Amino acid sequence: MARPTTTREFMLGEGAGTGSGSQNIHVGVGPAHPAMHGIIRIQAELDGEVIVKADVEIGYLHRAFEKDCEVGGWNNAIPYTDRLNYVSPLINNFGYASAVEKLLGIEITERCQYIRVITSEISRICDHLTCVGASAMELGAFTVFLYMIKAREFLWELVEDVTGARLTISYGRVGGVKADLPPDFGDKMRAAFKQVREVLDEVHRLLTGNRIFMDRMVGVGALSREETIAYAITGPMLRAVGVPYDVRRAQPYYVYDRLDWEVPTQAAGDNFARYLVRMAEMEQSMRIAEQALDQIPGGPINVDHQGRPLDPATYVDQGKQGKTESLLLIPIRLSPNLQGSERPAHQRINAADKRVILPPKETTYGSIEGLMNHFMLIMEGYGIRPPPGEAYFAVEGANGELGFYVVSDGTDRPYRVRCRPPCLPPMAALHRMIEGEMVADLVPTFGSVNMIGGELDR
Amino acid sequence: MEGGAILAELRARFGDAVVETHAHRGDHTAVVTREALGEVLGHCRDDARLAFDVLMDLTAVDVSKLPGREDGPRFEVVYHLYSLRHNHRLRLKVRVSEDDPVVPTAVPLWPIADWLEREVWDMFGVRFQGHPALRRLLLYEEFVGHPLRKDYPVNRRQPLIGPRT
Repeated sequence: MARPTTTREFMLGEGAGTGSGSQNIHVGVGPAHPAMHGIIRIQAELDGEVIVKADVEIGYLHRAFEKDCEVGGWNNAIPYTDRLNYVSPLINNFGYASAVEKLLGIEITERCQYIRVITSEISRICDHLTCVGASAMELGAFTVFLYMIKAREFLWELVEDVTGARLTISYGRVGGVKADLPPDFGDKMRAAFKQVREVLDEVHRLLTGNRIFMDRMVGVGALSREETIAYAITGPMLRAVGVPYDVRRAQPYYVYDRLDWEVPTQAAGDNFARYLVRMAEMEQSMRIAEQALDQIPGGPINVDHQGRPLDPATYVDQGKQGKTESLLLIPIRLSPNLQGSERPAHQRINAADKRVILPPKETTYGSIEGLMNHFMLIMEGYGIRPPPGEAYFAVEGANGELGFYVVSDGTDRPYRVRCRPPCLPPMAALHRMIEGEMVADLVPTFGSVNMIGGELDR
Repeated sequence: MEGGAILAELRARFGDAVVETHAHRGDHTAVVTREALGEVLGHCRDDARLAFDVLMDLTAVDVSKLPGREDGPRFEVVYHLYSLRHNHRLRLKVRVSEDDPVVPTAVPLWPIADWLEREVWDMFGVRFQGHPALRRLLLYEEFVGHPLRKDYPVNRRQPLIGPRT
């Protein structure tokens, strides 16, 4: 297979060892190297400063995700999927839940699909911010890292508002999500995006066109189009070689086909192209989330009988004055999750299927049917029971196609759950990207792969 | 190409080598014999009408505890193929018994199969004939057993390994 040749001029003395006939040396890079992000070990054979041969070992994180899924019920695997990718856990949640929904053959509600789109895109931006920020920091651009982490913080606050947690969100459910969006979510999201856009603008001015950054990124770690496809690499790395493949576009799921956005691509396939693709994707993700927020059905939760938004204090005042004509229309929100009197929200965001969705708490406590329904889903040996069969569902994770292959034997436990991790193929191809390059090029190249240990090792 | 047409095409071309085909929840699956697997995979990749240029996933399932499948071959090796050109998918399966868990390798067709096959060997003990270096991928060399087999208890401990000299 043709490998793109990267031409480089050696500075005086820098390439002195190359081809001089002196002995090659072996260097182990990682697992304790700060740029190796934890568990990766690269055994490199060096001729001077050039990596002649590299062997990548992915280490032993030992999460045993796929084995653990076989132990508990179908919904019990949701927290494990959070931990697959700690910076974009929402996408992993929804990918798994959607695979199980496909197996069950149930449809989630429209509002839930919009919620999943919005929160997935927020997760994707967090992921790209982390990846670009960390790899820029490894090249010495610490300011960029701080700016990006600041921007990520704004988004994590949004995630916290919605899910109640920042990393271990466990927000997806088979057939829906845990809770509705908080009432003031739209304003908060727009405010956060405004700040993220400012940060991205700053980072563009700091990095794109920066002489040092470009010297380290342009032409480094390149992979040809053919090889990228042969290694099954998807996501930003595939789009960086000019293939506009995006699961959201190719096989639209949720409501992505109703939204207007672009799939950014680059031609060069090197680290700089990957950086540009990720930067452009963050813009597109914000576009998607904003459009989805505009279209999301449901609208303001508290409205009077003429459809005008009503804040809770006014609502109480009007009730005291006897203006009760619209009272029955108005659901009252008492708690941020589904513990309180949120039955209407429950119906909006969760599928109507009683085989999979726990009833609202007041139904559980208030009616015998609700109680039985609750117990039938909680008791061992009952729970969610997809019919025997298998399904594969792919979503566009931040790093590429995130696929879940689930097999059911008809009981309440998954027979087999397989995660197709998007960062394993680029790791398998990493040695092709760094062989022939300099030792120092390993750092930006490895950064551009955006290896996530939880996904890689499962 | 529509999924049903792909299955018809495979049946027409390979005849008895395609043991079974079905479409469940929109996923089209063909089960092929082990002898024909290499040829089928090659055809899937190279035929212009199929053009499955991406081996999206390769995994295995230990079906020994699946109802109705206890007496059959123990493992199913599952290939998920995707075509960038035609935007279609296909799932290929091959069944192998516990006594002879060997499948021809797909590394010459797709280099990603290198790691995916190592993982399947690691987790299930299914070997791939012709693989350049079938080492463990996720676990260490001294690990005893194959953890995703159904008879491997989830809480089994492994012997402690000292530092290598």
